[in-house]
Amino acid sequence: MNLSDFTHSTYIAGLSGGLLIGIAAAMFVLLNGRIAGISGILGGLVQADKGDKTWRVLFLLGMAASPFAYRIAFNLPAVTIEAGTAQLIIAGLLVGLGTSYASGCTSGHGVCGISRGSIRSIAATLTFMTAGFITVYLTRHLLGL
Amino acid sequence: MLNINAFLVGLLFGLGLIISGMTDPSKVIGFLDLAGAWDPSLAFVMVGAILIGAIAFNIAKKRQRSLLGAPMQLSSATELDKGLLIGSLVFGIGWGISGFCPGPAVNPKHGYLLRRCWPG
Repeated sequence: MNLSDFTHSTYIAGLSGGLLIGIAAAMFVLLNGRIAGISGILGGLVQADKGDKTWRVLFLLGMAASPFAYRIAFNLPAVTIEAGTAQLIIAGLLVGLGTSYASGCTSGHGVCGISRGSIRSIAATLTFMTAGFITVYLTRHLLGL
Repeated sequence: MLNINAFLVGLLFGLGLIISGMTDPSKVIGFLDLAGAWDPSLAFVMVGAILIGAIAFNIAKKRQRSLLGAPMQLSSATELDKGLLIGSLVFGIGWGISGFCPGPAVNPKHGYLLRRCWPG
């Protein structure tokens, strides 16, 4: 059984998954006093001046365990990667560099930042979404990649 | 306790990504493709997450310490500097090329750059 089979709707699945992400972000800020921002948590692991590596590793191990936990009850949904390996490498560098300069990504700015009404996060989210929309328009519809 | 909670939050966050369908980059691209067969699912994910997040952050903002006594580490910056805007622009381009933002990309069984590099 696949979870999306009984929710019957990609929107209900999206909303349910979103609520769970919201609960996770709520637990993190209320109990740990921290922002559940994946790029920041990951980035802090490779910064020498950040001494707090343990919780970062545990957070990422939790994320790494999630597909295995999901698989106990449900079939993992199919994943389609349309980008080629070269595109993935370039995209990965841009995502890493960009989120590092912007101090956040979809989770840190898009979810947590907007939730707390941060003007910086609202600006960041509008910027990366617009850049994403334009990039997909260029690659899919103008260049036909 | 803080470390156990970090693991649990990572687990729940990862499950949320899988349930929402956002571990599939083609679905993320479907959201970013306004001129194609637009799939608004990602907007529903954001709405669901922000509904809960807004309540929690409203409580968190008024506190100096978390419920477990950890310092509340929320940024107080308000300036829209170049790093924020250019960084977000560069991130958005990469996100549009691959459909991967950092969350789904660090999910090893599901982020699947691994599967491409290690066949089988």
